[in-house]
Amino acid sequence: MNLTLKIWRQKNAKAPGKFVTYKVENISPDTSFLEMLDILNNDLIHKGEDPVVFDHDCREGICGMCSLHINGFAHGPDTEITTCQLHMRKFKDGDTITIEPWRSHAFPVIKDLAVDRSAFDKILQAGGFISVNTGGVPDANSIPIPKADADESMDAAACIGCGACVATCKNGSAMLFVAARVSSLAKLPQGRVEGARRAKAMVAKMDELGFGACTNTGACEAQCPKGISIAHIARLNREFLSAKLKD
Amino acid sequence: MAKLDSKIPAGPLAEKWSKHKADIKVVSPANKRKLDIIVVGTGLGGASAAASLGELGYNVKIFCISDSPRRAHSIAAQGGINAAKNYQNDNDSVFRLFYDTIKGGDYRAREANVYRLAEVSNNIIDQCVAQGVPFARDYGGLLDNRSFGGAQVSRTFYARGQTGQQLLLGAYAALNRQIAKGSVKSYPRHEMLDLVLVDGKARGIITRNLITGEIERFGAHAVVIATGGYGNVFFLSTNAMNSNGSAAWQCYKKGACFANPCFTQIHPTCIPVHGTQQSKLTLMSESLRNDGRIWVPKKKEDVELIRAKKKKASDIPEEDRDYYLERRYPAFGNLVPRDVASRAAKERCDAGYGVNETGLAVFLDFKTAIDRLGEDVIRARYGNLFQMYEKITDVNPYHEPMMIYPAVHYTMGGIWVDYNLMTTIPGLYAIGEANFSDHGANRLGASALMQGLADGYFVLPYTIGDYLSHEIQSPKVNTDTPEFAEAEKAVKEKIAKLFSIQGAESVDDIHKKLGHIMWENVGMGRTKESLEKAIVEIQALRKDFWKNVRVTGTNEEFNQELEKAIRLADFLELGELMARDALHRQESCGGHFRVEYQTPEGEALRDDKHFAYVAVWEYQGADQEPKLEKEPLVFEAVHLAQRNYKD
Repeated sequence: MNLTLKIWRQKNAKAPGKFVTYKVENISPDTSFLEMLDILNNDLIHKGEDPVVFDHDCREGICGMCSLHINGFAHGPDTEITTCQLHMRKFKDGDTITIEPWRSHAFPVIKDLAVDRSAFDKILQAGGFISVNTGGVPDANSIPIPKADADESMDAAACIGCGACVATCKNGSAMLFVAARVSSLAKLPQGRVEGARRAKAMVAKMDELGFGACTNTGACEAQCPKGISIAHIARLNREFLSAKLKD
Repeated sequence: MAKLDSKIPAGPLAEKWSKHKADIKVVSPANKRKLDIIVVGTGLGGASAAASLGELGYNVKIFCISDSPRRAHSIAAQGGINAAKNYQNDNDSVFRLFYDTIKGGDYRAREANVYRLAEVSNNIIDQCVAQGVPFARDYGGLLDNRSFGGAQVSRTFYARGQTGQQLLLGAYAALNRQIAKGSVKSYPRHEMLDLVLVDGKARGIITRNLITGEIERFGAHAVVIATGGYGNVFFLSTNAMNSNGSAAWQCYKKGACFANPCFTQIHPTCIPVHGTQQSKLTLMSESLRNDGRIWVPKKKEDVELIRAKKKKASDIPEEDRDYYLERRYPAFGNLVPRDVASRAAKERCDAGYGVNETGLAVFLDFKTAIDRLGEDVIRARYGNLFQMYEKITDVNPYHEPMMIYPAVHYTMGGIWVDYNLMTTIPGLYAIGEANFSDHGANRLGASALMQGLADGYFVLPYTIGDYLSHEIQSPKVNTDTPEFAEAEKAVKEKIAKLFSIQGAESVDDIHKKLGHIMWENVGMGRTKESLEKAIVEIQALRKDFWKNVRVTGTNEEFNQELEKAIRLADFLELGELMARDALHRQESCGGHFRVEYQTPEGEALRDDKHFAYVAVWEYQGADQEPKLEKEPLVFEAVHLAQRNYKD
């Protein structure tokens, strides 16, 4: 396959960015999207040009490090996958592909296609945990948990923290990310103990960090590589409201 | 060389850890506040250690190369975590887990360490559940288990095919709680480039800020290395792209001995290589071997037709399939340990029965299980793995069997540590995959997560206190000293040198060459000739790297090429040490298979008389042959035997 790439290049957080056009040739349809970028970068290095910076690590869809808006879609034109799992067979020979970083107020660009998602860490530090120290905990089977609850908790816990939800949301809201964590812990008896405190603290931190509000468009769910349901946002809203009512 | 002292406590095996804990010193809360600890790496080992040490009251600084601690490659572990809970009433016990692990490691691990690992395994499950890890449960609400290779009991706890992710999110949550409290300070996108010693003790590190390129100094009373393994020396492996051996290698060059570097795990069930542009290999969890059956056609003509895509696997009738693991190992069948399964796949492919165009693939088939249990049950167990497979290969594994082939996955070797997890440098600790201690020559599935969390939650927080109890009079480490300045200068010079070369080859070009040398000569089947050849070729490639590499950009920016170049420079040294170690070990054991040493049936042939020891290598200077020291392995509780998975 021969392709034309329009890639966002930006020297650093302060510099203005622009699209630069590149050609790649003889790409196998079995190549992954990031391997296609590797091939481009290797060519650029041989030409003495600066390779394109993009975040990536596990390349099997679980670490959440890769990002990229590809032809306007977070993680590209396929469902329930991350960019690293996207393969070139999803494109046609001769296509022009536009590649941009996540664009959201709370995720400033660091360089080219890499953005700063440390705001997610800060939200979780505000309350995305159960307050237990190492040791001194009960036997694992001492708290039976209905299978359906454990399964639903796991559904929410599948979030990889990639930020596609924020990048896709027209408001730049982090509600799906926050809801996934709140909901995962709220479905477990261990997590219920400090449920109210958690919901309030995480929502407050999310607001403080400049994420937008949720207007229920559902775009986040559609683009989530792990298919996390916006039903978890409904649970977060319930948790948050009942916590506020008790104040 | 400092005499190796493993510090294994005296007394009966089952009492060693309790007795040791009673004997070692503790640090009072008031003194803990005065002590600083650096933890490098935020995987299961690093995150659990930093969180636990923070809870205890130490001042902890934690460093990772990713944008968040949650990206560490522990997150990619799929299948599960072992523990001796015996919840299934199948006669599991601490001793059985210990025994399976020692045997699985082909009798090249320390008994005392492995027993302790089995002992604390149950605490790990309790801890994770308390943190809100959503392990799989049965309808009664209690925890479910499945089986893994090398075991005849069901002791593996799991969270779908994302167990590593869920355990890491648990440890990361505990870490976040400490970061919020201020007891741990987090430094993401920072890479450790050197270790600093003061008066022979580990006193700090030099890091590079990966965004700004700033070279920084950090001091502490102890340094913990939790940076994982070095499988990426092979270029293609199941490790994440950024996983590297550099932190461990810098420690080695500063005097920490390196143990059993040649013990590499080749995982049997990975998606086969498809072309020369491939960047990494993807694992398909070992848990799939609970329900998947591995086979190749019995007839060469079927092989040809499948390769030519004129026949599908599902067209081959039952009687024409060779379920070679079930045939060779009736007692364990498809659940033999990884090294055994990998070699068996290689044997069939070498004999000409490989089922894809490259001839390097075998089938992993779920038809029997789907017929027996239904597609829904299989989907509930492995849905995400099947989806991952389909996205990569464009083949639906519910209808056609998966194609798999062995790939580099884990390194059992690592920095040598004593029973306290301290290296040969006082005050320097190594935990998780970064150390060598628990898996011998082959790690069993679902035991890496167990070891990372055992070290971080339940071992290091106790043993580090014994060392730090002698440091309570030491003031804060001053980084404005000649030792730190010298280390910083060396790092800056190395970076400047890399930029000055401006040769013709990219870092990846050279890394691929190294990977090729390693896989062909230091891979699944090693010979004296291949290893001698590898040493010569690696030395030549290393020279070529320092003459011919091109690193673009500058230091003072986000520069991924520079990051890769620094790591490759170390891999080019580490690869040679692996080959040397493999050459000296004239026996086959676990993942280390020397073609010259095998039984008539093709199994690994150990030589306990001459090689029942840990090979411990000490750095002697650039381009000098390292010095070999031996730590004898003493077996008191188990009887050394040829591993038998047949009956």
